[in-house]
Amino acid sequence: MNRDNVRDEVIRRSGTDPRKCMKCGKCSATCPSYDEMEGHPHEFVYMVENGDIEPLLASESIYRCLTCMACVERCPRGVEPAKIVESVRLEAIRKKGANRLTPEAVAAVADEELPQQAVVTAFRKYAK
Amino acid sequence: MQRIGVFVCWCGSNIAATVDVEAVSQALKDEPGVVFSTNYQYMCSQAGQDLIKQAVAEHGLTGIVICSCSPRMHETTFRRAAAAAGLNPYMVEIANIREQCSWVHKDIALGTQKAIVLGRAAVAKLHLNAPLTPGETPVTKRALVIGGGIAGIQTALDIADAGFKVDIVEKKPTIGGKMSQLDKTFPTLDCAACILTPKMVEAAQNENITIYSYSEVESVGGFVGNFDVTIRKKARYVNESICTGCGLCTEKCPVKNVPNEFNLGMDSRRAVYIPFAQAVPKVATIDPDYCNMLKNGKCGVCARVCTAGAIDYKQTDELIEQKYGAIVVATGYEPIKLDKFDEFAYNSSPDVITSLEFERLTNAAGPTSGKLLRPSDGKHPHRIVFVQCVGSRCAAAAGKGKEYCSKICCMYTAKQAMLVRDKYPDTEVYVFYIDVRTPGKNFDEFYRRAAEEYGVKYVKGMVGKISPQGEVLKVQASDLIAGRQLHIDADLVVLAAAIEPDRSARPLATMLTASMDTNDFFTEAHPKLRPVESPTAGVFLSGACQGPKDIPETVAQAGAAAAKVIGLLAKDKLTSNPCVASVDELMCNGCSSCERVCPYGAISYVNKEFRMPDRTVALRRVASVNPAVCQGCGACTVACMSGAMDLRGFEAKQIIAEVDAICK
Amino acid sequence: MQMTDYKPKIVAFCCNWCSYAGADLAGNNRLSYPAEVKIIRVPCSCRVNPTFILRAFQRGADGVIICGCHPGDCHYTSGNYFARRRMALLFSMLDYLGIERERTRVEWVSAAEGAKFAATMNDFVSTVAALGENRRLEDLRCKK
Repeated sequence: MNRDNVRDEVIRRSGTDPRKCMKCGKCSATCPSYDEMEGHPHEFVYMVENGDIEPLLASESIYRCLTCMACVERCPRGVEPAKIVESVRLEAIRKKGANRLTPEAVAAVADEELPQQAVVTAFRKYAK
Repeated sequence: MQRIGVFVCWCGSNIAATVDVEAVSQALKDEPGVVFSTNYQYMCSQAGQDLIKQAVAEHGLTGIVICSCSPRMHETTFRRAAAAAGLNPYMVEIANIREQCSWVHKDIALGTQKAIVLGRAAVAKLHLNAPLTPGETPVTKRALVIGGGIAGIQTALDIADAGFKVDIVEKKPTIGGKMSQLDKTFPTLDCAACILTPKMVEAAQNENITIYSYSEVESVGGFVGNFDVTIRKKARYVNESICTGCGLCTEKCPVKNVPNEFNLGMDSRRAVYIPFAQAVPKVATIDPDYCNMLKNGKCGVCARVCTAGAIDYKQTDELIEQKYGAIVVATGYEPIKLDKFDEFAYNSSPDVITSLEFERLTNAAGPTSGKLLRPSDGKHPHRIVFVQCVGSRCAAAAGKGKEYCSKICCMYTAKQAMLVRDKYPDTEVYVFYIDVRTPGKNFDEFYRRAAEEYGVKYVKGMVGKISPQGEVLKVQASDLIAGRQLHIDADLVVLAAAIEPDRSARPLATMLTASMDTNDFFTEAHPKLRPVESPTAGVFLSGACQGPKDIPETVAQAGAAAAKVIGLLAKDKLTSNPCVASVDELMCNGCSSCERVCPYGAISYVNKEFRMPDRTVALRRVASVNPAVCQGCGACTVACMSGAMDLRGFEAKQIIAEVDAICK
Repeated sequence: MQMTDYKPKIVAFCCNWCSYAGADLAGNNRLSYPAEVKIIRVPCSCRVNPTFILRAFQRGADGVIICGCHPGDCHYTSGNYFARRRMALLFSMLDYLGIERERTRVEWVSAAEGAKFAATMNDFVSTVAALGENRRLEDLRCKK
């Protein structure tokens, strides 16, 4: 697949339209994992729109998103960044052909600090 | 049978070079009903027009076809020539053989052939033309302005200056509108009250202006030049003509905790009140929702203290009926409700305020006498965060905000931020923006001054969350240029809430049959060329009811609307385009299809008596077109299922005759 | 365009405020288009009754085009929206009756778009010419 095909597939799977983004940054302003990520929600939207998906696939950021949907809730343009992040994550997972973690391995990385929501999200992710 | 004369114009060589004009006039001579056919060098010249006059007299013509340039060019000329020759001006048809034939076709044979076909179509249409007479209606020389803000006041003053009577209807107890609540105005930093109140006083003193305050438009009937309007003057329980506005009642009234709407509920007023010191008219109003006397008949303090004896608990609403020639809508705007923006904590913290509330907080006549103090604890805020685009440019689902840009927020935010830094240099001021939009004279310079001279910190990015924690407001925002998330402990947050049309606009638009867009802003007749007129004849638009605008733009539009009104009222009679819809009452089944598509509200229904075949008389509902209002678009003619509706000058049978002639 | 002897008959309904003025502008700029196009002036595209189009086909027209102001720019505010909806219905019915979809068209041409008017007409005529003569709906009694 070439670069544009990957972009189109990621966008199609996300069910969103990144062109609606007006670059206000409210998604990143609202993101609870901002400091954990090197690519932030607004950057996901921008990079996916431009087809720069490779660096996102390689980055840890896709696993730092809690899928808390705060950005989806607050985006003034209805872009739904979390769905874009999710779509990039699925791209990575499908490319590898397997989950990043096995369900058994989750217990090892989970700690007291990890929000309950993240655990639930992780399981939902790995159920696929 | 018509006696038709055909005149083929050479237009010098413009037509004659690629169309054989002689052949055209010869060919058209053989058309049915054509008794005279000629060609001439310049039909539009005086000699050409004389030719028409002569031929009409000599051949007893009943109608003429001119094969010449576009009717958009010389239709009026030839109609006048026909009238001068004693014909009805609407017995003229023009075949466009220049723009749509000789100029676009290089081949003489093809051009000539097409010119003949176009001429035939015109002859075929003319056979079915009927003489038309433009209607005339008298004009009531009085204008109504709905809304008494700066837009309405300016429009009324301009109309009154031209010598016409104007009535202003304002739903609040005083005129002045939103501008009276503002502290300073950008980009000059004039005090809003200082420039507005003289205009309010001028309006009150102008003998051509009548102000109906605390009143609303109840119903509107009629049409351009002749509107019948009913105004409901709400009972204010104070005799306006006796009250001196001394304010004694407002001091003695025992009901003290009524939220003061003028200060946006940030302080309280009494049950009897005068909204603000410079109110026009300066008379008291009793709030029936709070007054003890009106609620349970126990009190009467205000009546006892009033030396003028102006208090009247038995006053009732009064209905005023008045005729107007023109109506100006100046209903203005209001900030949107922020209930749906939980992330900004507007409802949960008193220290998160809107920009309009901020205006009151910094106004000398406001709840804090102009001292910038936090509503929660009355302390001076040391770090203020301004958030722009709160609800503006918001296309999220569930009607959270408004999709459009509210236009004024960038500038007033710059103004407010600048004034804070000016008055309280120890205060840190942040402005979070998506884009700073400052098109306007001296606007960008003003904004840059705020940043460069006053040290307002502009941050490109949006605020994501505000959480009140103890005394501070935790603001979480993004700084897109630095690529980081900011966490600021603010003392006060000011939200630049989007603006939306006043809620009273929608029902008013229905009464006026004036169209609105999906955001409830009034639609203009043409977005570029007729920006202050509504598509409904005789209804004009002034100020923010048509779209977000700042004060200079509002005043400019107010003047423009006034000029349009003056132009209308200066006429004694309105002549209307006779090419309007007309209904065949015998065919009409009263289904309302035409009424629903009419963009002008020109169609109404009447119950009429008809003699039936069995000699009984039946009452039937049939459509009736008001020719003064109809603009002749023809939408109704196609919507009509029974074929009862037709358009004069463009009748179905005429167009079909043209189609037939072209396809022959 | 195809070079054949066959000349299609094209009826163009143009609204007075935009498209008719656009056609005039095409003339002013001497932008040529085939002489087969004959324009009928109507106040607004919403004045075009479907019967006019049926009549044209009945009388042997090979193509009918309706031109109006751009959406949102209608002189009468909403007329072109009505036209658009009505024609969508009519054209699909004509399609069902065997009159090819390419023989009918709605185009938005503003008063400033002379070039667009000429280009549209050139394109429309060549499209219709390629389809050949229209034999559906034509009333042979009208042909002598």
